[in-house]
Amino acid sequence: MPSDRPLDEDVMPEPAGKPVPAVTPERVLAGLALLVPIVAMLWVSSYDKKDPAVAGMPFFYWYQLLWVPVSAVFTVAAYLLITRDEKARAAAAKGGAR
Amino acid sequence: MPALVVFVLFFALVTVMGFLASRWRRAGDAAHLDEWGLGGRSFGTWVTWFLLGGDLYTAYTFVAVPAAVYATGAAGFFAVPYTIIAYPLVFLFLPRLWSVSRVHGYVTPADFVRGRYGSRPLSLVVALTGILATMPYIALQLVGIQAVLDVLGLGGGENANWFVKDLPLFLAFGVLAAYTYSSGLRAPALIAFVKDALVYIVIIVAVIYIPIRLGGYGHIFDTVGQKFGASGGKASLTVPDNAQWTYATLGLGSAMALFMYPHSVTGVLASKSRKTVRRNMAIMPAYSLMLGLLALLGFMALAAGVGKGVKGYNAQLSVPQLFADMFPDWFTGVAFAAIGIGALVPAAIMSIAAANLFTRNVYKEWFKPAATPADETRIAKLVSLLVKVGALVFVLGMDKQAAINLQLLGGLWILQTFVAIVGGLFTRWFHHWALFAGWAAGMVYGTWKAYGIASPKTKHFGGNAAEIPGIGEIGYIGLTAFALNLVVAVALTLVLRAVKAPDGPDETKPSDYSAEAGDDELKNAPEPVAAH
Repeated sequence: MPSDRPLDEDVMPEPAGKPVPAVTPERVLAGLALLVPIVAMLWVSSYDKKDPAVAGMPFFYWYQLLWVPVSAVFTVAAYLLITRDEKARAAAAKGGAR
Repeated sequence: MPALVVFVLFFALVTVMGFLASRWRRAGDAAHLDEWGLGGRSFGTWVTWFLLGGDLYTAYTFVAVPAAVYATGAAGFFAVPYTIIAYPLVFLFLPRLWSVSRVHGYVTPADFVRGRYGSRPLSLVVALTGILATMPYIALQLVGIQAVLDVLGLGGGENANWFVKDLPLFLAFGVLAAYTYSSGLRAPALIAFVKDALVYIVIIVAVIYIPIRLGGYGHIFDTVGQKFGASGGKASLTVPDNAQWTYATLGLGSAMALFMYPHSVTGVLASKSRKTVRRNMAIMPAYSLMLGLLALLGFMALAAGVGKGVKGYNAQLSVPQLFADMFPDWFTGVAFAAIGIGALVPAAIMSIAAANLFTRNVYKEWFKPAATPADETRIAKLVSLLVKVGALVFVLGMDKQAAINLQLLGGLWILQTFVAIVGGLFTRWFHHWALFAGWAAGMVYGTWKAYGIASPKTKHFGGNAAEIPGIGEIGYIGLTAFALNLVVAVALTLVLRAVKAPDGPDETKPSDYSAEAGDDELKNAPEPVAAH
């Protein structure tokens, strides 16, 4: 949401000591990215069936196996978002110390 | 015979590596427990990945997960959602645990609890729960090796005297104990490379080669479906409607418990930065994929007719037997070496973790507060030996079923430390007395419930699922006990805060939880980072 933080990116460097709020879009998105695989796996009734089978393997099995790499993609997304967030925090903290 | 030769050769290789490991990335102060017990907190992303993979995916996993699928079908597949849930979940709190441990030099989860709540009793029960949960787990690694040795025909069969029968096991464990003693965490870290490589090779070959021999996946699932249908038992290709809660709660509860185990925490704290920990949460699923494929081997064993017509066939032998039936002899040796070495790596890390717990949170805390780092290292090394001897006696002297029951209980128990540890990583709101009471309630409830479950093999502790009070569905007891634990902790904290009960000192501060290698917070950390 660019409108939430007007012009921050344009002002270089950031105003010294400006604290980053606890809830940032990056953190929220990272949290969601982590939540998706967990919810998908706990919702057992959504995948507890045999059809459609792929190459003879019932849905139940290939669907869960497929979620392994998919969950990794979500975790990588969370990693990138959090790294970005921490960089912003570190920059803000440094500004504050000066 | 080629199988045996290959098996022994691999064992010899990792033994040499185990002893040489003490020279690998050696740092300044060898007498400090950080060196022996955490490999100098110096492992980067890839070493950590191999170490954690070698640590979490144990020989027992390799034997037990496909055995569960072999025996129960879909219900045994819960290991897959379990490992899918685990990494996103722990992504939230492990980096905080790493940071605060790095700043304050914590070696064990109980060290953190001690520092955070200033409570010796709470720290002690966290440590003892960890040791209690780890011991049977080490014992089960021996069961994994035994399964392989049985199928290899080593040990002279049922009628041989006990000494000859167990001699190979003695040898394997004697060697393991010796290099763990001398090299500490560096030994399993180095051996993990061999172990994980072997495991990947074997699994990839198995999931391609065996289905070709058995007529494809379609044929395998058809055959298994018919067998399950004909047997009229509980096993099936999908989870029965009334068991879906069990499936989900087992997955969630096990995922929450996974990184409460001391050996998992040891693997995490040994990494060199917060970033390393996070990166690993993203790349660990590679192992989960392997685990899922491995689980399918249980179906292949069924389709191949392993154990067919044998009354009371031990499902745990099904996959080793499948390998022996399907693979050329020499490759069976490779596969068995993968399982055998797969037992050594976690057994080493578990014994180190248990030794760290005993040394830091029992010996130093309660018996010898003046212990120097050199004393700590000496004691930890000795305890690591004792722990392994204990596990060996356990497996040889007691019923194997007892080890399996205890390991199931161990998961339930270790989950009861979740509120204190993970709660503490985010908030200081909980009162340590309330956490203690919550832990006790969870332990008692869980153990009592599990005691009441019978199975064909055992009168008590025969399973891990029971009715969830208030919901009426069948769910994982450990998770129900955890919920009780949490409710008690919250309710009592409210009461204790209301009556202004005295609180223990907190030696941590908020910035400790986000400290990264190279930050100012680490300048005064108890032990500087090893020079690399």
